[in-house]
Amino acid sequence: MKKLKALSLLLALTLAAAGCGSSNQAEKDPAGSGGTKTIKFMHLWPEGTNAPQNKILNEIIADFERENPGIKIEQEILANEQYKDKIKVLSASNQLPDVGMAWPGGWLQPYVEGNKIASFDDVIDRDYRNKFVDGTIEAFEVDGKTYGLPTDLNIAIVYYNKRIFEQNGLNVPTTYDEFLHVISTLTNNGITPIALGNQERWTGSLWYMYLADRISGNETIVNAVNRKQSFEDPTLIRAAEEIQRLVDLGAFQKGYNGATSSEAESLFTSGQAAMYLTGTWVLPSFTQGENFTQEFKDSVDYFKFPTVEGGKGDINSFVGGNGGLFVSEHSTVKEEAKRFVKYFTEKFGERALGEAGIIPSYKLNADDYDLPELYLKVLKDLNDASSITLFADNIMTPGPAQVHLDMIQSLFGKEATPEEFVKAHEEALAKEAGE
Amino acid sequence: MNKVMSNIWMITLYILPALLLLLVLIYIPLGLSAYYGFLEWDGIGNMKFIGLDNFITGIQDMKFWSSVYHSFLLALFSALSLLAYLAISLILASNIKGSDILRKIYLIPMLLSSVAIAQLWIKVYNPTNGMLNSFLMAIGIDDPPAWLAEPSLVLYAIFIPILWQYAGFYILIYYAALKNIPAALVEAARMDGASPWQVAFNIKLPLIKGVFKVTIVLAIVGSLKYFDLIYVMTGGGPNGASEVMASYMYKVAFRSYDFGYGSAIGFLLLIITLMVTFIVRKLTVSDEEELQY
Repeated sequence: MKKLKALSLLLALTLAAAGCGSSNQAEKDPAGSGGTKTIKFMHLWPEGTNAPQNKILNEIIADFERENPGIKIEQEILANEQYKDKIKVLSASNQLPDVGMAWPGGWLQPYVEGNKIASFDDVIDRDYRNKFVDGTIEAFEVDGKTYGLPTDLNIAIVYYNKRIFEQNGLNVPTTYDEFLHVISTLTNNGITPIALGNQERWTGSLWYMYLADRISGNETIVNAVNRKQSFEDPTLIRAAEEIQRLVDLGAFQKGYNGATSSEAESLFTSGQAAMYLTGTWVLPSFTQGENFTQEFKDSVDYFKFPTVEGGKGDINSFVGGNGGLFVSEHSTVKEEAKRFVKYFTEKFGERALGEAGIIPSYKLNADDYDLPELYLKVLKDLNDASSITLFADNIMTPGPAQVHLDMIQSLFGKEATPEEFVKAHEEALAKEAGE
Repeated sequence: MNKVMSNIWMITLYILPALLLLLVLIYIPLGLSAYYGFLEWDGIGNMKFIGLDNFITGIQDMKFWSSVYHSFLLALFSALSLLAYLAISLILASNIKGSDILRKIYLIPMLLSSVAIAQLWIKVYNPTNGMLNSFLMAIGIDDPPAWLAEPSLVLYAIFIPILWQYAGFYILIYYAALKNIPAALVEAARMDGASPWQVAFNIKLPLIKGVFKVTIVLAIVGSLKYFDLIYVMTGGGPNGASEVMASYMYKVAFRSYDFGYGSAIGFLLLIITLMVTFIVRKLTVSDEEELQY
């Protein structure tokens, strides 16, 4: 009997918990009631892991709501992969949120072709365009129309541990040969040169994209994707060979193909690996994050990816990409949503760097900010950038992008030869283009 | 009562709620996904009917077949591990000291979500700082493998947490079944001088044969559609070495944006699972049971 009571109590608790869940849902569903218009905004900046972004976002939303009485912004926050999956499912049933986060290139294209998201050409003018870094708005263009407005901008750079470099008598490499020297010195001294979390594959892709850029120039891969040339280009094969050379040299930590990016990051931040190639999105945590020791923050620095002798790429070319916001084509509050996105991107651009340490796609003057040295260096390098090559999965459409990512893992694992690597790309791209 | 149950309307009324739920949640989506399998569709834009092309692609796709192979390996492991679970349950059910607390210990992994288990074991398997390799290095193995990064090892490495995760569930089932055996039978056997082994093999096991057959089907079907832990631990990698049918389906549909082909794979998965279930049932059904059907 006693057990039965306990059981029924448990059941009651479960029901109560379930009840709580559903009442929350009911609360945030007053769409359109009482003359207010509700804009649904789905994003991936939760308070927990992206506190500064989340704070700015909420303040901008509050400002917008104050300036536009009768409009309410309702947020839904998801994690990255979850977000991408959910957006895809929602779009199939024409239930995209009014506003959501977007990525250029391959991510954007299916949504544009499926007529799921709206163009911004009626709300942006030359003034607006001039406020943003060249190429960041253009990245959202498909067939001459703009389908997203840019928020943050990220480039990949090679972070390194100054202390480890000093202890091993190493200088920052500017050429690939010097870079190879750094790697062999470190491995000889028993130090893991590079932390790489290649379970996620885009991490290894950064290495390939940079090598391809330095050896082949910044046009080759883009041209291959646009079918102006073959991916089976000798320079692209050479870049793949260099990846395997790094693997043979023991440049990456043990088990890199099974490691997640957060595992790799913690190897680097705990001083167990000397270098780490990733985007500038880690700058806030690397300079101010509470999770890292002061010792680490004092010893972290970065260098530009070295040039390869005889290669066509120059050292001021970066691999990177920017995020942005889209508005759903089927939104019932499309005009208001576009207004909000335009407002948001401008305000975010003005405030992101100073208040959250995020580099926006917005043109800024670095001198106006009191920032850690690392930031100033990045901003200066960005100003001097000769070109920005988009991340591979932003250049390619989803099908070939998956082939690319899979082949990256095989290439790093030496299960595919450089020739097989480029051949798989060529076949996937040709198939996608319907050749 | 009998009158009510012979009324066709009453039968319909009673069946309807469950039937509606089943239809809406299972059978209609099933039919739809079979239909999507005939389309060229990225999940977002226009649909184009292409007949059997997706299924033909599937049959020719080596990556798909390697994921099928991995799924079958998992199913085989799971079926074999049932024997271990059974052995543990036999010991637990024989009223050894502390069997109650042990049973609870075995049950705990079942209470954790797969994602939590996956995160836990990612840490255990970490090639440099993980518990496992630290231990191996401490006992003098210089170069222990990077478990989740070795294509030849990764599937086995993933199977250990799965074995651990499901132990509680099957032990619970066997334990309950063993406890249901009338004590009189066991006692009578003992009086007749049966050894513990004889009691186990000649009395207990035959009596829970039915339950064992059910768990075989559960374990095999469960492993054929296994997804979450693998997805979190390796994402199917490295280089597809731990890709199973469900994770490959997910990858094709949601990462490559090929919803048509993804649906076709999903449908093939269903057919394969159905066939295997049918075969397993056929193999395990004995003559006497057959009469009942």
